[in-house]
Amino acid sequence: MNSLDWQLGTVVQVTPETPHAKTFTLRLPHWQPHRAGQHYTLRLTAPDGYQAQRSYSIASPPEQTGEVAFTIELIEEGEVSGYLFEGVLPGDQLEVRGPIGGYFVWEATPQAGPLLLVAGGSGIVPLMCMLRHRQRSGIHNPTALLYSVRTPEEVIYAQELRDMAQADPLFYLQLAYTRQAPVGWTGYHRRVDEAMLQEALGLLPSAPQCFICGPTGLVESAANILAEQLQLPASAIHTERFGPSGS
Amino acid sequence: MQNSFFNRGFQRKRPAPTGHVLPPGQYETKDFPVLSAGPTPQINPAQWSFGLDGLVQTPQQWSWQEFNNLPQQDFTVDIHCVTQWSKFGTGWQGVSLDTLLDAAQPTTEARYVMAHCYGGYTTNLPLADLRGGKAFIGLLYDGKPLAPEHGGPARLVVPHLYFWKSAKWIQRLELLSEDAPGFWERAGYSMYGDPWKEQRYLDDDEYLAAKANE
Repeated sequence: MNSLDWQLGTVVQVTPETPHAKTFTLRLPHWQPHRAGQHYTLRLTAPDGYQAQRSYSIASPPEQTGEVAFTIELIEEGEVSGYLFEGVLPGDQLEVRGPIGGYFVWEATPQAGPLLLVAGGSGIVPLMCMLRHRQRSGIHNPTALLYSVRTPEEVIYAQELRDMAQADPLFYLQLAYTRQAPVGWTGYHRRVDEAMLQEALGLLPSAPQCFICGPTGLVESAANILAEQLQLPASAIHTERFGPSGS
Repeated sequence: MQNSFFNRGFQRKRPAPTGHVLPPGQYETKDFPVLSAGPTPQINPAQWSFGLDGLVQTPQQWSWQEFNNLPQQDFTVDIHCVTQWSKFGTGWQGVSLDTLLDAAQPTTEARYVMAHCYGGYTTNLPLADLRGGKAFIGLLYDGKPLAPEHGGPARLVVPHLYFWKSAKWIQRLELLSEDAPGFWERAGYSMYGDPWKEQRYLDDDEYLAAKANE
């Protein structure tokens, strides 16, 4: 079995994360370990033969063998996400191929240096894979996550992230709400900017590897600030963009 | 996989594009999504240059001013990104690769091209795919200077291949006798990237080559 042949996975779990995001866990007949940050392509086939493909980042760590989890955001008018949200239940089969991608990846090694993760919305998914991989590997490299969301109810993995931050003094969780913040919130209530990125860098003992994932506007702005104003080498800045058309 | 499998209750929701054919596995978008591996290089046209070198008889280098003075054409092309979106009828203005290659005169050994970009990106293509009106250096998109996040000030555009071959922030084309992988190709993407054959990944090349030899 070639890594990129199509295979039929069986949905073993569907977990609502937020009003607009669900995690689908698939058991795969030909599972193989992925690198944190990689994705799979999912293909839906209609009875008349019509097919639609979309790429989805892997949320589960490679340590979770035999399965892959994808956290998928419901896109308005989304042909694929709409079907997954309405129609797919445990026991159903979905056709996938992967893992794919070799640049936006991070490996937990004992030598791993500091890590700066910047997420916007569902851009958290591949970064969560890195965080889970880091946690399951028992690697304690200093790591900061700056996670921008519109409202409190849209924070994906909220509890797990808070638990992770409490359990690990070298993991720094910084949420930034761009529209509505929780009552009594004293943290960031604005879009990601230079001051925020500067503060995140200040939590880390030395220049980090950076992984930035989210909508184009956030990724462009964060990557450019890190490269231009904050003088990080371009080779340390990895970006992945979720365009508005990725449905 | 033999496709007797289908997803119960799934049906086409996006209307089929009219007057255009989508390559396999693609869907139509009206946006122009941005995908790049790192930060967008900020390029000052005063410092910009574009060169053609390697296996050519007369290596060329143009400044921004010189390049803009070359004969330009309008191109209306469909583009296909490996991340599954296609965009029909994009309008560009730029310089045909035929014009540039004629100036440099490739030697008879030249068969492949490595595109080198500001910011360090590279991608490889066969020389034949840049000739015969099939490729250009785009300077204007939709009548306006090409935005930096889309590859401005100048981008290689090779619309008949997946769009990662259309290198943003183009700086130099190096003509070579042998094919060598560029940035995404080293990360497992196809050496050629024909959307009509769905050559997305290196494994697709091997799979298709094995099929051809059967």
